[in-house]
Amino acid sequence: MSIPDDDDAACPLPYSDYDRVVLGHGSGGRLSRDLLEQLLLPALGLAAHDPLEDQALLAPIVGRPALTTDAFVVRPLFFPGGDIGRLSVFGTVNDLAVGGAVPRDLALSFILEEGLPFETLLRVARSVARACAEARVRLVTGDTKVVERGKAEGLYITTSGVGVVAPGRELSVARAAAGDVVLVSGTLGDHGIAVMVEREGIEIEGELLSDAAPLTGLVQAMLEVEPNIRCLRDPTRGGLASALNEIARASRVGIRLDELSIPIRPEVEGVCELLGLDPLYVACEGRLVAVVPRASAERVLGAMRAHELGRNAAVVGEITSGPSGLVTERTRVGGERVVMMLAGEQLPRIC
Amino acid sequence: MKFVDEYRDSEAARRLSAAIAREVTRPWALMEVCGGQTHSIVRYGVDMLLPSSLELLHGPGCPVCVTPLETVDRAHAIAARPGLIFCSYGDMLRVPGSRGDLARAKSEGADVRIVYSPLDALTIARQNPTREVVFFAIGFETTAPANATVVELARSRGIKNFSALVSHVLVPPAITAILGAPDNRVQGLLGPGHVCSVTGTREYLPLTKKYGVPIVVTGFEPVDLLEGVLRLVRLLERGESSVEVQYERAVRPEGNARSLELVERVFEVCDRKWRGIGSIPQSGYRLRSEYHEQDAERRFDVASVETNEPAECISGQVLRGVKKPTECPAFGTRCRPDRPLGATMVSSEGACAAYFHAGRLRAGVRSLPVAS
Repeated sequence: MSIPDDDDAACPLPYSDYDRVVLGHGSGGRLSRDLLEQLLLPALGLAAHDPLEDQALLAPIVGRPALTTDAFVVRPLFFPGGDIGRLSVFGTVNDLAVGGAVPRDLALSFILEEGLPFETLLRVARSVARACAEARVRLVTGDTKVVERGKAEGLYITTSGVGVVAPGRELSVARAAAGDVVLVSGTLGDHGIAVMVEREGIEIEGELLSDAAPLTGLVQAMLEVEPNIRCLRDPTRGGLASALNEIARASRVGIRLDELSIPIRPEVEGVCELLGLDPLYVACEGRLVAVVPRASAERVLGAMRAHELGRNAAVVGEITSGPSGLVTERTRVGGERVVMMLAGEQLPRIC
Repeated sequence: MKFVDEYRDSEAARRLSAAIAREVTRPWALMEVCGGQTHSIVRYGVDMLLPSSLELLHGPGCPVCVTPLETVDRAHAIAARPGLIFCSYGDMLRVPGSRGDLARAKSEGADVRIVYSPLDALTIARQNPTREVVFFAIGFETTAPANATVVELARSRGIKNFSALVSHVLVPPAITAILGAPDNRVQGLLGPGHVCSVTGTREYLPLTKKYGVPIVVTGFEPVDLLEGVLRLVRLLERGESSVEVQYERAVRPEGNARSLELVERVFEVCDRKWRGIGSIPQSGYRLRSEYHEQDAERRFDVASVETNEPAECISGQVLRGVKKPTECPAFGTRCRPDRPLGATMVSSEGACAAYFHAGRLRAGVRSLPVAS
């Protein structure tokens, strides 16, 4: 796949009077085809001259096929360190990767709002192409729909992905056992706070970037030194707290965290403090949490830190025999708290 | 983080915890007044660093919890008006009214927006001159100056489409109601740090004298709270009832004169109903008559909305420290943070929510998060 140059964000469409999406672009007729052939396919780095079939035929799979799907409705579309295009690729890639799969093929659909400037669509599509290259996945099929103005916020993306799990890999949220160790691959909450800072117009010192990144390489490096990793999760919506609650529940174990060992950037901590949020519940898009046997914890940690995406990896807690399903945290002053599953949206406190 | 980390320091916490254990010779029931303090106690497990003879009772100082049901219902009635923008602090969104919470009103089409400052609501009003914008002005004395500011700015700048739904409450009358009740159990108070940074400590001296209960005005970080407890225990053990200030970095005895002046100009003291507790005389603020144009209650004619609490909810007794959340038959079963019966289960500052979170540490939901 050739990667289009992002610096040239000018629209390449010479043929039409439109500089933005109109309802006709979703008609399935000539305008739809023009949009696809002249804007989307080139921006996505795909050849426009190949016949466009209604389906993609995939290469045979050696191993167990893994399938996942995800939807992306982030606002704003562009934020420090990423955009909806990158998220839509990495989100699906990471859901496959944390199952031990090597992601391979990707399907992607755009839902476009009438009036969306082509320039915006172009930027997003180019970003999708770059993200696919980074994550080493092939975009093999897709769709585009247009909805009336006001029925969407610019654009939404859905992606589905197929990956391959090598024989012998048995990662599952139900496999954590008492005595195992909990690791995270880096600082928590960077993505969620970067988006919030952009959305709310909060001014902070320094630059806080989203952590959006494809985790395949990191996961494979970890599995190489310890094929018996119990489970991996990418703490997206609901953050580390929700990921660990799911593990504790599925594995019927307790989890005990140590607050002081959890890596959180001062900027993230500061914004959370300001808004009354708890960083343990803030989303990441390029981090993972791992449960590994105690005996290999150091080895896995070493492999993580040796990888670019795991430089700030840390041991943050352990699996205990109970109470079953309960996640607790030893606080920095030596007390203890329960880290609950979020009831709904995390709401900023009044004081 | 500077000015925060030193108040979350484990070594300082350990020293204070040991000092408290040395000073305590018998059981004491202490109440932290503020919801922010309750939140911090549960967040950091501060109660676990205290000897078991000290009991922490969670006070009424969660503004979200005590905002009366009528006011929540009035907020709904206003928010549901077509074209109107209703602005609220985040945690008011999930407080149940008679017909669900504001989050539900939002899902049904109301334009409800979370703001971090009342000034944001004013900005929204300026950006949407053809739409009515209402700010839900709740809180204790702490938020009163900021809320007074926007009301005054709206008037002085002629921003006609802005109004405030005011439901302000005051701490000293609530303390009087608690300490004066025949079933009172509170022997010492961790006073409200942020409230006193506005009001000063004047109003607390007479309370101490009248009820013989010492008050230590305390901050919100774990080290603040432990130091507050230590000073309170010393006073109790010596049999002294006076007012001390632990939260010296923010509180001056005379308070913040400019803020007080502003509040005085915009608000007047009124009787106020507290959710779960009932009416307390002279316990709230309402807008002065000069600001009637900025008063959403008058503007939208919702003063007549009257409603009643779910009969099962005992949040009133919980807010006064008379009953534990765990003494409520609905606690943890029919009433949980994800489907609350009363407001004390909603905000993370609410005692019931705090208990729900911490109580589960000890063998099921019926145990107490008191010191071990």
